[in-house]
Amino acid sequence: MTDETTNAQDAPKRRHFLEIFLGASVTASLISFVYPVLRYMIPVQNAEPAADSALAGHLGDLKPNTGKIFRFGNRPALLVLTNDGKYHAMSAVCTHLNCTVQYRSDLHAVWCACHNGMYSVDGRNISGPPPRPLETYQVILKGDDIYVRRDENA
Amino acid sequence: MCWARKIALIVLPGLCAFLLPAAPPLAAQTANHCLQCHSQLDAPVGVTRKEFSESIHAQKGLTCTSCHGGDASSDDMDTAMGKAAGFKGHIERAQIPALCSKCHSDAAYMRGYNPSLRTDQFSQYQTSVHGKLLARGDTRVAVCSDCHTAHDILPPNDPQSTVYPVNVAKTCANCHANPEHMKGYNIPTNQYALYSTSVHYNALMVQGDLSAPTCSTCHGSHGAAPPGVASVERVCSTCHVFQQQLFDSGPHKEGFAALGLSGCITCHTNHGIQHPSDAMIGTGKGAVCMKCHSAGEPAYAAAGAMHDGLQNLDQQIARSDEILTRAETSGVEVGEAKLALSEARDDLTKARVTIHSVQASAVDQNIQAGLQVTQKAYQAGLNALAELKHRREGLAASLAAIVLVLIGLALLIRKVDAQKSESLRR
Amino acid sequence: MAALVHIKEWIDERFGLKELLAFARHKTVPRHRLSYWYFFGGMTLFLFIIQVITGILLLLYYRPSPNEAFESVQYIMTQVRFGWLIRSIHSWSANLMIFMAIAHMFSVFFLKSYRKPRELTWLSGMLLLFIVLGFGFSGYLLPWNTLSFFATKVGTDIAGQVPLVGKWILVFLRGGDDVSGATLTRFFGFHVAVLPGLATLLIALHLFLVQRFGMSVPPSLEAEWAAKPAEEREMRFFPNFLLRELMAWYVALAILGGLAAFMPWELGTKADLFASAPQGIRPEWYFMFMFQTLKLLPGKIWFLDGDVVGVLGFGAAFLLWTLLPFFDRGKSGRPARLITGLGVFVLTYFVALTVYGYVAK
Repeated sequence: MTDETTNAQDAPKRRHFLEIFLGASVTASLISFVYPVLRYMIPVQNAEPAADSALAGHLGDLKPNTGKIFRFGNRPALLVLTNDGKYHAMSAVCTHLNCTVQYRSDLHAVWCACHNGMYSVDGRNISGPPPRPLETYQVILKGDDIYVRRDENA
Repeated sequence: MCWARKIALIVLPGLCAFLLPAAPPLAAQTANHCLQCHSQLDAPVGVTRKEFSESIHAQKGLTCTSCHGGDASSDDMDTAMGKAAGFKGHIERAQIPALCSKCHSDAAYMRGYNPSLRTDQFSQYQTSVHGKLLARGDTRVAVCSDCHTAHDILPPNDPQSTVYPVNVAKTCANCHANPEHMKGYNIPTNQYALYSTSVHYNALMVQGDLSAPTCSTCHGSHGAAPPGVASVERVCSTCHVFQQQLFDSGPHKEGFAALGLSGCITCHTNHGIQHPSDAMIGTGKGAVCMKCHSAGEPAYAAAGAMHDGLQNLDQQIARSDEILTRAETSGVEVGEAKLALSEARDDLTKARVTIHSVQASAVDQNIQAGLQVTQKAYQAGLNALAELKHRREGLAASLAAIVLVLIGLALLIRKVDAQKSESLRR
Repeated sequence: MAALVHIKEWIDERFGLKELLAFARHKTVPRHRLSYWYFFGGMTLFLFIIQVITGILLLLYYRPSPNEAFESVQYIMTQVRFGWLIRSIHSWSANLMIFMAIAHMFSVFFLKSYRKPRELTWLSGMLLLFIVLGFGFSGYLLPWNTLSFFATKVGTDIAGQVPLVGKWILVFLRGGDDVSGATLTRFFGFHVAVLPGLATLLIALHLFLVQRFGMSVPPSLEAEWAAKPAEEREMRFFPNFLLRELMAWYVALAILGGLAAFMPWELGTKADLFASAPQGIRPEWYFMFMFQTLKLLPGKIWFLDGDVVGVLGFGAAFLLWTLLPFFDRGKSGRPARLITGLGVFVLTYFVALTVYGYVAK
């Protein structure tokens, strides 16, 4: 008799404990499932998965007769503003031994510091070891932004 | 008249008359009856129609008589090859350069054919080893026809020409690689063999880069002679500008001059130039520094320092690349970091050029710049792996919650099963 | 709580909720030493639901064009928060679901649950299995990497071997003569619209039929039960069986999470339409046995192409397997043993050829 009464008294406590335990752990597990899903749905800041175009900079970033390196996909690229106000964009990977080229304001040409290779602002290899021209890209101006896109028709 | 000539006089015209209808029609060129017979003959008097008609001289309207004299418009042997027509016959080797230069050194005459062609070949030739030896009576040396051929001369920009850049080395090797021919001159005959193992040969023949050097690029073509001790450096530096500037800024310039050593080829050799490796500098096996320097000298320490610097940067780049790749294959984004790492590769390339100053401090500047980049890249790799660890921690937390749920469910199942059997028993 | 009761009343007045709940409360599951096989159907369903959820999430970022597909998956893997988790779960769960579906099918086969009155359940189940394989084949192309590009090329080439209609099938699948951007668009359409639609209808039918006929008991056990009538045979579905099923589902979630964190699904390299096939191109494991069989068949059998014979052979085999309940009418004894033996042979063949396909060069 006494066993049954103790059991009867403990049973509600046990059930209560089990309910709380199960409820808490299920909630915890559901949070661990739902949290990643909610975070996933929030868009990322730099929403640009395309490898075909990139934001190279903004108007005013460059003074005339200067250039800057920017990231295009996984490679460096070069944006040049010449004295006539035109923008030129090209790959910055030298076709000789893959060093990163730069724009030389004094030479008005693109230059590679490794072995003195030179290219015109159209990417043509004009002097030194580079065997091929630099791949050129299309420059698209949208408001204040300068976009660079792979030349589809090139 | 000897009996041979009698027979020739009878047989040859008959032969020509018989063969004439079978001869292929001449292209629109000046009438060249010489070829009627001579195209059917063997060497040394045989010249095929094809050979001659494709040559640049025939294209421009010249005929056999332009060099050999005689009368090309007659098909009578006596008239054609007669003294009256100025027939010279076989040209002696020693006379060939002078013969060619009769036209080719005449600027006014050449202007009528190709105004941009140079007209100083003969004067250059006279300064060359070939020209000087020929003047002393040695007819084994090269004359114009040895390199350009006699009858099927093609312009140098024609890929079939013997002096097209790709073919130049073979043309020189016809004599210079022939030990029999070169007997008595006391110069090696392995230049072509060595050259064909070189980076320059590879660039020219395999990569197809026509600006790559061949024999004539360094030795000259018409004025062919080996560059002097002092001029080797200047010759190489027409392309390898930075290396020469650095060399001149360092202690080797004076040192080499004092010892009568040429720059460049002392370390790189002249004909069989291989792609340089980091092993060439330093104090180990294969290091060219050890050809002159020995342990204990300051140069020894400098060489060791430069070598170690290069090795170190190379290793650091590999190390950073490895950790970044590891993170990338596990799904963490490291594109920016990998891009930044390429700058370190630039620094390593530059360091390998700065070697030519043989100043450890200058090389070290490049190395340090590169090491800074690799440090940053490595740190980015560590951060990426930390992100991975973070993921696994998140997973562990989720797993913990799952395990708790499983325990709870198991308990609940036990309870529910017990209830059921209780209710069944009642 | 009063609100809950109110809502229940509202629904019951319109949809007969009380009857449904009564049915649910009385639903039982036979309990015997082979009961654990009953989990496989529910597990397949659970994994399918996981696929739908993760698939919809992937849809928020995936772009189905050759220029962007690979990059968008790369973006999901590296830039989107927890994108790596969603994508890896989707890829792993796909494989696990196909495995579960095949296991479920074989368990139903060996336990002979397809017999009268459950013929249509088997039929709808087989159709679902083909749809699930279609999901696998179409989904595999979507990341547009080298492996998937060439696997699709080989797979559609084989489909094109069917006599008479093969060329038409090939062009229909590929959206053209070659595997191209058109194929990607088409497969995307199949994968996210056509197949889910068909699957939903068939799943609804399949589940309805299961409820209608209840769980079957294997014939061998039925004989045992007839001999010993007193033992407790049934387990209530709510809550006893469902709780157990929940446990299994939680374990599946744990496994999926672990796989995503420790063995993330690889990205590969972007497909190049003009490159030649890399060495050792193979289909996914669930197609391997067919692929390997075709490789082993001689070039010509009688006057037919070896490949054609293989494709037709498999087609016939699948058709007969699907129509199984119409051959096996429930007779025990030798016919039953024959069918079991056939099943053992098929299962062995499937496993052996799959393993062989991976081991052989």
